[in-house]
Order: sequence, then structure tokens, then C-alpha cells
Amino acid sequence: MNWELIVRYLPYLLEGAVLTVQLTVMGVAFGSVLGVILGLARVSPFRFLRWLAIGYIDFFRGTPLLVQIFLIHMGLPQLGIDLGSAINSAIIALTLNSGAYIGEIFRAGIQSIDRGQMEAARSLGMSYLQSMRHIILPQAFKRVIPPLGNEFITLLKDSSLVSVISAEELMMKANVMQGTTYRPFEAYLTAAAIYLILTLTISQLVAYAERRLKTGDSH
Amino acid sequence: MIRINNLYKNFGSLEVLKDVNCHVQEKEVVVVIGPSGSGKSTMLRCINKLEDATGGEIVVDNIPLNSEANINAIRQEVGMVFQRFNLFPHMKALDNITLAPMKVRGMSKDEAVVIARDLLNKVGLADKADAYPDQLSGGQQQRVAIARALAMRPKVMLFDEPTSALDPEMVGEVLGVMKDLAKEGMTMVVVTHEMGFAREVGDRVIFMDEGRIIEEGTPEEIFNNPKNERLKGFLSKVL
Ligand SMILES: Nc1ncnc2c1ncn2[C@@H]1O[C@H](COP(=O)(O)OP(=O)(O)OP(=O)(O)O)[C@@H](O)[C@H]1O
Ligand SMILES: [Mg+2]
Repeated sequence: MNWELIVRYLPYLLEGAVLTVQLTVMGVAFGSVLGVILGLARVSPFRFLRWLAIGYIDFFRGTPLLVQIFLIHMGLPQLGIDLGSAINSAIIALTLNSGAYIGEIFRAGIQSIDRGQMEAARSLGMSYLQSMRHIILPQAFKRVIPPLGNEFITLLKDSSLVSVISAEELMMKANVMQGTTYRPFEAYLTAAAIYLILTLTISQLVAYAERRLKTGDSH
Repeated sequence: MIRINNLYKNFGSLEVLKDVNCHVQEKEVVVVIGPSGSGKSTMLRCINKLEDATGGEIVVDNIPLNSEANINAIRQEVGMVFQRFNLFPHMKALDNITLAPMKVRGMSKDEAVVIARDLLNKVGLADKADAYPDQLSGGQQQRVAIARALAMRPKVMLFDEPTSALDPEMVGEVLGVMKDLAKEGMTMVVVTHEMGFAREVGDRVIFMDEGRIIEEGTPEEIFNNPKNERLKGFLSKVL
């Protein structure tokens, strides 16, 4: 094990880690917006919306992320849709993919709220959307924090796949380090260590958020 | 105030309501009794369209229950109190009460708060405005739920076994609030197993069994002089 090499390349890899975190945060943030919409569509009274959401979710959960990345980065330009850069493609792919998983998380969260809550809200004259917005979603948001944390961790690891389109995140940088030094063990072990530190940090943050919500009772 | 004509309700192949006819006058307190599964809750829930009737006609305050716009209009006229309270757990008692008047009636926050405090006072919980539901006892939660329904200034109040989920020592405080309401002239339909309340407060008692109204009359007629055998059997079990 060549420690000197690791130390020399560490700043270079950490640069990639910054992009990894950025991609993941954007993927989860945009994916959450998409996920709320999909979750609402999944439970909506309109069959057409439910089918649309199911189709979307099935496609993005039932096909490999790697295929989705290639479809978006190379397939779309062929149709004349130019996304500008590998990073843009990466963000879009991660968003569309995590949106499907987060949509299912929100669907489960919404459905876990007692039916009586919606009935009470409707019986007071609130519309379906008002009831969702003021009564159901605020309660559902609290319940989806743990599974959202898991999705965050999964997406952070899966973001390594965008190295195949040369987005210069952590995995890509590790590939470059390996290619120039011919020391794959040092390159990938360092990358693995950085990924591990990141995922452990996230799970600590999620556990903290969960504790905060518990001590504040269920409010 | 409420007219139910030829109401039918099926859940799949299960016939839960069969040709129910029932009229409730203004300021009348109608108590609905009957064995479990006889369709009492379902009838109540059809009145504010929490369940879709399979057939028949329901008219509330001269508004027929037949279009989306009318459903929201009727829900604003009809308050409902549930067996399991269904308070909004993420909101304080006061916010539980002010939400609908603000969102549905377009009331200002200040105005809604004045009304809510007044109602909390009326149900004896003036000091619990800032409590969350899980900090309240069952009886207190149910009284907040009654205040929440009243905040919409409904013309009719529906109660579905409002004391069945309560510890015995808390039943009285909730029935007390309901008695006060009845005295003030609120039109009420109350499903309950509290026969004492039915006798004392009810203007009319309806006995339901197997999805039909089997017998109805004044409390004296129903309790002292029941005619139907099933009603007699039912009363012998609950009295
Ligand atoms: N959503 C539903 N789907 C299917 N069946 C239902 C549904 N709601 C009620 N039922 C059935 O309809 C019948 C009448 O139910 P309902 O709740 O109206 O009775 P109830 O008189 O209120 O009884 P209880 O005293 O137990 O509350 C029961 O057989 C019940 O199982
Ligand atoms: Mg019932």
C-alpha cells in the first residue's frame, strides 16, 4: 500500500467527492419534488393520473440506472435534445431515477395516515387538495424522513455510475488516478473510504433528524 | 332540515342500507340506536357524502346532494363528530379549530381565533388552546373535536358514537357539551349507545336493524312501549 500516493491524490479525489455530494443533493432535492407529485398522482382519485404515475415508477425502478444514464446522455441528443454537459445529464438521470423511488416513499407515507384524517378534513368542507396540503402531507412528511434518508444513501452510491459519461465525480476521479498511477488498489480503496464516510455521515444526520422529531412528539 | 328518501347503500354485494326514509326537522334531536353493523354509521356518513349512496335522495337544508358544488356546500352546513375524534395531531387545539373557517370560509386569522377561543370556552377547555391532541385526554379531545365542527357554524351536527372510545369517567363531560348544544336549539343526529342520553335529550329515537329503520318514536314510546320484537330484544340487552 502506497500511502504517499494516496495522500498526493487525496485532494484530487475530494474534488470529485464535492461533485458527488452536489449531484446527490440535487438528485434528492429535485427527485423529492417529482416524488411528491408522483406520490399524489398514485393516490389520486383519477385513474388516468394513477396509471401515468405507475407507468413512470415501474419504468424507472424496473430498468438499470446505467441504461437510463446512457438513454439520457446519448439517446436524447440523437433526438435533437441537447442537455449541454455530462453533469446536466447526470443530474437529470439521478433526478428522474430517485423521483420514482421517492414517489413510492411518499405514496406509502400518504397511505399510512389514518383515513379518519381525510374524512375529518373533508367533513369540515375542505377540498381534497386543501386536505392533502394542510392535513395529510404535513403528517406524511414526518414519516418519510427515514426512508428518504435511505434513498439519499442509495443515490449517493449509485451516483458513481455517472462516471461512465465522464462526469467528474468521485468515481471518475478514482478511475483517472488508477489510469495514471497503475495502482488500482490505492485508487479504489481511497474512493471507497470517502464514500463510506459520506454515507455514514448521512445516516447520522437522518438519525438525528428522527430523534428531533420524536422528542418534539409527533408534531 | 334533512330529508332522506329511499336511501340504498351497497358495499359491493353487501346491502348495508335498504330503503331508508328519515326526515329531521329543524332543532330536532334524533337519536339513532341499533345493533353493531346495522348501518347507523353508514347512514350518517351518507348525509355528508363521506359515503356515496347507491340509490335514493338526500336533501340537506334544501340543498340536494347531487353535484360536486353542492357536496361542499352541504359539508359546510353539516358538522360531524367521529368516534375516534380525528383531531389533526400536528396542530394545536386552537389551530385545529381555526383551520377550516380560514381555509373554507375565508375568515381572517384574528376573526377565526376569536371564534375558536369562544368555542373552547364553551366546551370548558379555554386553558387548552395551545395543547396538542396527544396532550389531551380522550374526553378533552372529543370536546375539541366538537368545537372544531361548531366553528364552521353548521346548521346540523352529526355525532357517530361520540363517547364509545372514551373511558367511562369521561363520557359525562362530552354528553354534557352535547346537551348544552341541544338546549341551544342545534339540529342533531346522534348515533349512540348511551340510552340515558337518548331518553333525556332525544326528541325522537330511531331503531335500525339490518339496514332498515325498524321503529321510530318518542323516547317514551321506544323505551317504555316498544312494539317490534327485535327492538325489545335489543333493549333487553342494552338497558
Ligand atoms: N367501507 C366499507 N366497506 C365494506 N363494508 C362496510 C364498509 N363500511 C361498513 N361496512 C359494512 O356495512 C355494515 C354496516 O356498517 P356500519 O358501520 O354502518 O354499522 P353501524 O351500525 O355503525 O355499526 P357499529 O355500531 O358497529 O358502529 C357492516 O356490516 C359493515 O361491515
Ligand atoms: Mg358505527
